Amino acid sequence: MLKRLRENKSAQGTLLVVPTLIFMVGLLIIPLLLTLVISFGQRSSDGNVIYSFSFANYIRLIGYSTDCASGAKICFDPLYAQIMWRSLALGFNTTALVIILAYPLAYFIARAHPKRRNTYLFLVLIPLWTNFVIRVYAWMMLLRQEGVINNILEFFAGLLHIPFTPLNMLYTPGAVLVGMVYEFLPFMILPIYTSLEKIDNSLYEAAADLGANSIRTLLRITLPLSMPGIVAGTILVFIPVMGTFIVSDILGGRQVVLVGNLIQRQFLDARDPTFGSAASLVLMVLTLIVTYFYTRKFGFGEEIVAA
Amino acid sequence: MASEFAVELREVVKKFITPEGNELAAVDNVTMQIKQGEFFSMLGSSGCGKTTSLRMIAGFEWPTEGEVFIDGEPQGHKPPFLRPVNTVFQNYALFQHMTVAENIAFGLEMEKVEKKEIERRVGEALDMVKLSGMGRRKPKQLSGGQQQRIALARALVKRPKVLLLDEPLGALDLKLRKEMQLELKSLQQEVGITFIYVTHDQEEALTMSDRIAVMSLGKVRQMGTAVEIYERPTSRFVADFIGESNFLDGKVKSIKGDQAVVKIEAWGEDLAGIVTSKVKVGDDVSVSIRPEKVRLTDKQGIKENSLEGTVMTSTYIGSDTHVYLDIRGLKFKVWEQNRISTLDPRAYYTNGQKVWVAILPENTLVLPRE
Repeated sequence: MLKRLRENKSAQGTLLVVPTLIFMVGLLIIPLLLTLVISFGQRSSDGNVIYSFSFANYIRLIGYSTDCASGAKICFDPLYAQIMWRSLALGFNTTALVIILAYPLAYFIARAHPKRRNTYLFLVLIPLWTNFVIRVYAWMMLLRQEGVINNILEFFAGLLHIPFTPLNMLYTPGAVLVGMVYEFLPFMILPIYTSLEKIDNSLYEAAADLGANSIRTLLRITLPLSMPGIVAGTILVFIPVMGTFIVSDILGGRQVVLVGNLIQRQFLDARDPTFGSAASLVLMVLTLIVTYFYTRKFGFGEEIVAA
Repeated sequence: MASEFAVELREVVKKFITPEGNELAAVDNVTMQIKQGEFFSMLGSSGCGKTTSLRMIAGFEWPTEGEVFIDGEPQGHKPPFLRPVNTVFQNYALFQHMTVAENIAFGLEMEKVEKKEIERRVGEALDMVKLSGMGRRKPKQLSGGQQQRIALARALVKRPKVLLLDEPLGALDLKLRKEMQLELKSLQQEVGITFIYVTHDQEEALTMSDRIAVMSLGKVRQMGTAVEIYERPTSRFVADFIGESNFLDGKVKSIKGDQAVVKIEAWGEDLAGIVTSKVKVGDDVSVSIRPEKVRLTDKQGIKENSLEGTVMTSTYIGSDTHVYLDIRGLKFKVWEQNRISTLDPRAYYTNGQKVWVAILPENTLVLPRE
């Protein structure tokens, strides 16, 4: 038995995959199927699930409702569509901002002296040692009315004798965007760094030698060769941003509701797992669609390997 | 052709700081004049400053002191993309995300050459390096030799004043390297562009170059044609670095014109030889004798400097037999050409055999001792 296993490479491969497979089936595929089943059910008055096959939750997500304040039989309220749209927009904005911030830093680290690179990477990773939620709370301390930023501004306004009214930063979409960018920045820096670090110095020299100035070298050589890093970083950032609810909960308050918050509240506050499940699946499909088109355009970034 | 020289290095020094914090002159006061249309090689072992010199011409490094001129114009701190030279890199440095044709077109696009014209010139360049039809492939899909040709085409398509080649054949196997050597040489004659070629391979340099600069420790030790460098080395270093030599220590007894008589202490014998650099009577010198320029005979020759020796070992290597002798306590090597095809062992040499060595004055070089 053991001897046969030793000779059979494909059996060895299968055996190595089994633990992960059990894990994925038990904790991902089955729960996902359950979510799908529940999403077609109905909420009972005591908060339990009545299993049925109804599209009511999905129709409600689109915005049609039979429970109208005006007394009409059917009415339209695009509240949930707005939440979806807000989440998507935030996902795009966060990812774009994170790329813009991460790229120069990753480039700087990749081109630094090899001895210093590890120090810089270490510094990038330090914030991750602190709990995610605590880091978001720290932003609350910075952004609120009596927070650090307003205090500093007030101090300088006082020096210049300018009348000062504290800025209203916390519980705004801007605060959520700042928090998201901050939380996910390292996940973009690292993959971009990895792909930039692989680019041999002679390629930059060859570009210069052939007549390219630094901007053209960046656009024609550096960016295309580091696309794999940008793609990987985008996947690592965009997908979690679409689903996270902590940042918007703490920094957005009740003002900025995202799909993540919607799902969380359906499961906990509203005790309607059927509607929560439907929202989860719609979020997943939305994310998949975006990721699909994105990776179809740019690939998963595996084909280009720098010389 | 504004200037007689395609490239000139005038008293160029390049200093680097080593990781230990010391200052190191990688190039130490080098002056070189490379003529238009010349195939010029910088030859030396690693760390001799040849690559740094090339990089200063390309503009990847700037001299600490001195000046680099290209076509008579001082280059100062001009960046590479403003210099009329192109480089073929040791690892080829091809852009893997572009096709072969895109790689070659890149330099022309940077010059804003018209699209039609680019297409035409890329086609020409591919023909020139015998890779027509390969334009749509990615560099990774080609062999090492083919990648090397793309690198060459990519640089030559720009029609540079000077083409710089940094050990371009180093990664190829021996047979391919020999083919490419001849191809490079004929290509250079065809396009008429000045080539500056960096190599550590003396045979490569001797095969291709019009002139060679032998470098060591950041300095040019000798500059000249292949024949000059090999037949008339001016220092013991060059005689040792290029080809092989027997070196004998001695003292100059007399000098007449370019002829000198040297007393070889170990032999107690006088040898006449040619002086290629400044030596005076009474100087301690090294006498260099190339092993293939010595004849072995079974009887004492009538010419001067005929000495008896004993065969220590001999090695048959096909075209030649390498004979290692003991001559009055000194090791002496002689390469004998196998001119006659025979299986008779008496035609070759056996250990312990007594032979006579004829050393002619015209094959004996008197060099300053280092």
